[in-house]
Amino acid sequence: MASWLPENVSTFGGDVDAVFWLIFYITAVWFFITEGLILYFVFRYRRKAGRKAAYVTGDTWNQLAWVLAPLAVVVLLDVIIDINGGEVWAKIKRQIPETDIVVRAAGKQFNWEFTYPGPDGKFGTADDLQLDNDLHVPVGKPVRVILTSKDVIHSFFLPNFRLKQDAMPGREIPVWFQATKTGEFEIPCAELCGFGHSGMKGVVYVHTPEEYQNWIKEKWAAGATGSAG
Amino acid sequence: MSSNLHNVHAEKQGFLRRYLFSTDHKVIAKQYLTLSLFWALMGGATAYLVRWQIAHPDTEAFGWGYIAPNVYNALVTMHGTIMVFFVAMPLLLAVFGNYLIPLMIGAQDMAFPRLNMMSFWIFFAASVVLVTSFLVPGGPSAAGWTGYPPLSAKIEYTGVGYGTDLWLFSLALEFASFLLGGVNFLTTTINMRVRGMTMWRLPLIIWMQLTAAVIFMLSVGPIIAGAILLLLDRNLGTTFYAPDGGGDPLLWQHLFWFFGHPEVYVILLPGMGIVLEVVTVFARKPVFGYRLIVYTTIFAGFLSFLVWAHHQYVSGMDPRLAMPFSITTIIISVPFALVIFSIIATLWGGSISFKTPMLFALGALGTFIFGGLTGIFNGSAALDIYVHDTYFVVAHFHYTLISNVFFGAFAGIYFWFPKMFGRMMNEALGKIHFWLTFIFFNAIFGPMHLVGLGGMMRRIANPTQYDFLKPIEPLNVFITLAAILLILSQITFVINFFWSLIAGKVAPANPWEANTLEWSTTSPPPHENFAVSPTVYRGPYEYSSPEAAADWLPQDRELIQSSKAVLG
Repeated sequence: MASWLPENVSTFGGDVDAVFWLIFYITAVWFFITEGLILYFVFRYRRKAGRKAAYVTGDTWNQLAWVLAPLAVVVLLDVIIDINGGEVWAKIKRQIPETDIVVRAAGKQFNWEFTYPGPDGKFGTADDLQLDNDLHVPVGKPVRVILTSKDVIHSFFLPNFRLKQDAMPGREIPVWFQATKTGEFEIPCAELCGFGHSGMKGVVYVHTPEEYQNWIKEKWAAGATGSAG
Repeated sequence: MSSNLHNVHAEKQGFLRRYLFSTDHKVIAKQYLTLSLFWALMGGATAYLVRWQIAHPDTEAFGWGYIAPNVYNALVTMHGTIMVFFVAMPLLLAVFGNYLIPLMIGAQDMAFPRLNMMSFWIFFAASVVLVTSFLVPGGPSAAGWTGYPPLSAKIEYTGVGYGTDLWLFSLALEFASFLLGGVNFLTTTINMRVRGMTMWRLPLIIWMQLTAAVIFMLSVGPIIAGAILLLLDRNLGTTFYAPDGGGDPLLWQHLFWFFGHPEVYVILLPGMGIVLEVVTVFARKPVFGYRLIVYTTIFAGFLSFLVWAHHQYVSGMDPRLAMPFSITTIIISVPFALVIFSIIATLWGGSISFKTPMLFALGALGTFIFGGLTGIFNGSAALDIYVHDTYFVVAHFHYTLISNVFFGAFAGIYFWFPKMFGRMMNEALGKIHFWLTFIFFNAIFGPMHLVGLGGMMRRIANPTQYDFLKPIEPLNVFITLAAILLILSQITFVINFFWSLIAGKVAPANPWEANTLEWSTTSPPPHENFAVSPTVYRGPYEYSSPEAAADWLPQDRELIQSSKAVLG
């Protein structure tokens, strides 16, 4: 089952997977208990000549305890799942770390437009650089992506990073991730966005810090010095 | 309207009044059954084409041809719309609610028979409008069954013109129809119970239908408002959902899901009701914890209004809202767990026979448990970041809804067919139908969870466009094969249904030796249901009671003191 999940390459992806396994083991146990009981009961209590069913209505507390006791366990396990999940949710969606790597991403039928602020660190200046569908980031550093959309709702999905966030027209929604591994990973759109929804994807290129610096130098070779000066 | 009808009657006596514009709740139930089974065929056909495209992208689907991306989106949209609003709701609420409520409470008909007829014909009109939307330029709506704006709000985003307006109009009619139906269900049950039929002697399916009707009536307002705003945005240039005009696309999602999630329980509860009725009869045991199940049902109905935003964890709503909704969502597992435990406890110590309705009821139970458990994965906001909008969600809701709609409705049809049509269905064919359905259902939606874990997004037409989905594609091919076989398996049901209708063994009044009132009248019941209005002496589930020699004790059978002493 683990092999079905795409390789995890983000710092918090392991936490998401841990929530998955916690719920998986809890529900697997319940699955086998309940389905096992059903199979056992329908076999054990199948109709036989001369045997009448027990008359049990379940309207006394003594009898109801048989269903209320397991129910109490369900409530307890629910609480455990929620507490664990709550921490992971907060880490991914609410505690966005400060970082100097900030990129704007806009969904537009049917591309991801990534905008880099350039060496001045400011958006809306001459050294901004826009790339269609290519996101370049360094490994081992938090990256903030500010999501929006220019038309319909898209959803920014990084399967290998266990990150997903809808991109909404009229809103700027920050998300973050930190890669643990270099490589190329796909960024599909996960929300139906029109006839080109299928196939709308970008690629995140995770570089080593040196490669990332080289990429920056390459891209802002002439213009960067100009605007910096 | 009534004067028109009158004229029609004068010309063509009998037939129209009896079969077409009937006010008899039993005929209306059969009309809903016919129409919803037609829609089930359409739903199945759209599912087949969608699955074909996923398994064999951009090839010619057998019997159809090449499926263009915009056509694919329309098919996905229509599949969801049809199955939820034109199959599940009419089948589970309208068919069984209409047929069973008056019979089970001992009434002659619904409280408002003409309103009942009207609700069917409004539903018919909704069906006509939806079919029409296939025929207009641009085709039917292609913005998903959830119809999120801005995608659904402007023609240029999808290329769909009137199709989306007709889609909205059709849904509005459908909602109106079920609102009228709900009024009837409530009024009938509250006012028209026979002597002795107290609320605490109502069969559980009636409680479930009532709760579903109340949930529907309370939740449908916001979606109707939302739909009107969307129609205005589309046709009059308002900007309720357009940010550049001060609107907000998220507004629609809140309005839609405030209705949409309770809607899940509107469908779920009547299905569970069927399972409960069938299990108690074939286990020859009282339903375990009758009153607790009633309280639980009402509690679940209440809770269903507090979970809607779990569809929107990653939508861009305030991330602080995720945890409260995650908590309510996981808590809603509690009442349903209780009902499941009660059904299992009902099986304990029973004397269980495996007729076709029971097989489908057990199938519904077994698959619903699986669907309920996978709901915990989606309900956890943290994990939902990953599984949201993937096939894990698709697999989950098919396990919960199909367990009820497919298995639950089939259990109900096989169980009440003798009462509805006066003939028995064929057991052998019924069992073959069950096993084929059960096997192929699980072969489709079990592996689909793995497809979802692999990250495959919903509503994409071609998974081979993505490198990370390449390893999954063989599984998609397998699922499509199983889906085709599942659809073909339904032929056994169609044959059984029509063959039994014509040549089935004539059904006695009470073939299953069941207790509820519908079984104390003839099969099928006469025009006003009971030759003599029954009197109710006890609850609906007195199976294997020590008070009777037989293992059943109908609600309307009076036990005389002396005979009680003899029977011991």
